[in-house]
Amino acid sequence: MLARKLVIAGLGKTYRTGRGETVALKDVDLDIDENEFVALVGTSGCGKSTLLAIAAGLETQDAGVISIDGVPITMPGLDRGVVFQSYTLLPWLTALGNVEFALKAAGTPNRDATGIAQAHLALVGLDGFEHAYPSELSGGMRQRVAIARALSYRPKMLLMDEPFGALDALTRHHMQELLTAIWEKHRLTVLFITHDVEEAVYLSDRVAVMTNRPGRIKSIIPVPLPRPRRYELISTPEFRKLQLAVLEEIRTESMAVAALGKVLA
Amino acid sequence: MTAAEYLAIATAVFAALAIAWYGFTASGMIRPLFLPSPGQVISRLRELWISGQLAADAGISIYRIGIGFLISTVIALPIGVLIGCYRAWEAAIEPFVDFIRYMPVVAFVPLTILWTGTGDVQKFLIIFIGTFFQQVLLIMDNVKSVPRHFIDLGRTLEMPEWRILQRIVLPSALPGIWDSMRISLGWAWTWLVVAELVAATSGLGYRITTAQRFFLTDLIFGYLLLLGILGLATDQIMKFAGRRLFHHREVA
Repeated sequence: MLARKLVIAGLGKTYRTGRGETVALKDVDLDIDENEFVALVGTSGCGKSTLLAIAAGLETQDAGVISIDGVPITMPGLDRGVVFQSYTLLPWLTALGNVEFALKAAGTPNRDATGIAQAHLALVGLDGFEHAYPSELSGGMRQRVAIARALSYRPKMLLMDEPFGALDALTRHHMQELLTAIWEKHRLTVLFITHDVEEAVYLSDRVAVMTNRPGRIKSIIPVPLPRPRRYELISTPEFRKLQLAVLEEIRTESMAVAALGKVLA
Repeated sequence: MTAAEYLAIATAVFAALAIAWYGFTASGMIRPLFLPSPGQVISRLRELWISGQLAADAGISIYRIGIGFLISTVIALPIGVLIGCYRAWEAAIEPFVDFIRYMPVVAFVPLTILWTGTGDVQKFLIIFIGTFFQQVLLIMDNVKSVPRHFIDLGRTLEMPEWRILQRIVLPSALPGIWDSMRISLGWAWTWLVVAELVAATSGLGYRITTAQRFFLTDLIFGYLLLLGILGLATDQIMKFAGRRLFHHREVA
């Protein structure tokens, strides 16, 4: 029996705006095991980024509990490494400087920080780019630095909010392969948010499909595909079948939303 | 566009204006009292340079703007950062700053003379009133435009608030703050000359007022050109320094 790492139970979040209330999340239940890779898919605006922000401790929920190793999450912490969709490298620091920045914030002694930072840049294939500034790096390279930064201080789990969403298709495929290779080697608990079904199936052990307004987990689809995974996997019938199953879940969901829209109109 | 092309276009505009100026005065259409020739202006400037008058006038004005601008900046920086970071401080200070900001600086001149006399302190005070309130708002905006995600990054790294301010917010806002300094320095020049025009016994503005009494139009033109050149030079120096300091910021 695997240990439960992240437990989300009955999570709810409502935004109050000038024009009323928006229920972003309602009764969200999701458990992630130790060293498990779970992808959360859903249409845009379904609240999946809100869920991640709450897990990161950057927002607070109105209802329910979210805990890591049994300890409720109430604020941000170094036990969770976060990778955002937007580029969050500090532009005045080099690639190495950005990773060192996180390490120093985490209390790593200065004399160790450089070595650890270099090792993590090498892990994401960026040896030789240590002294490049973010403005000199491509979008994919910047996200690789961001991943190296989030891994460097050894968080208990990684929270990724559409980290490859802003990249072109080719770079995105490279990044998915890279992330899979790293994950297969250095097992870590990951919650990965995406709206790309292929990406979700390729990367994860389980895919959670989220409904729209209010956001809740509609179904969880296990991905029993063998590892190590290579990119050829996506053209196999098994992969296609899983991809279709997830798509079908999302499709019926968006049809329901459309039908509701008609009723309301 | 290359830097050389840029420079060529900018120089061409200045050259064209100089030629037009020369042409106008050489044609005899305008009396030299209203528009002196470039030659007249240059020889007047040279005369003042040789006598040491020009350097003395410019020196005292640069001293006044240096001190006045420094005082204003040193006080505006922490206040701008504070109200850029915290809503409550913004509520306490921003409306008040806006209130003062719309009062014409020129109208403070008689008051400041009443308060402090006609010495350097009065010049500092006018420069301060003219730039400080603008600077506070500019710096507040610079701080507010720090990307939300940079601050979130600091939070996820469990950095305390003051450390986020010191290590993320300030370095991130710095290029913008530098630009705000550059822009407000231009305004400070205007307020300095205004103060010197009204009540002073030295400085570029003072010399312009006395020249007016003796119809020395060539001197007025010469000092106006000098003010323009000083402004252009400081602006270019600050731009250049900014590019050198923040060279890696330009995102492709």
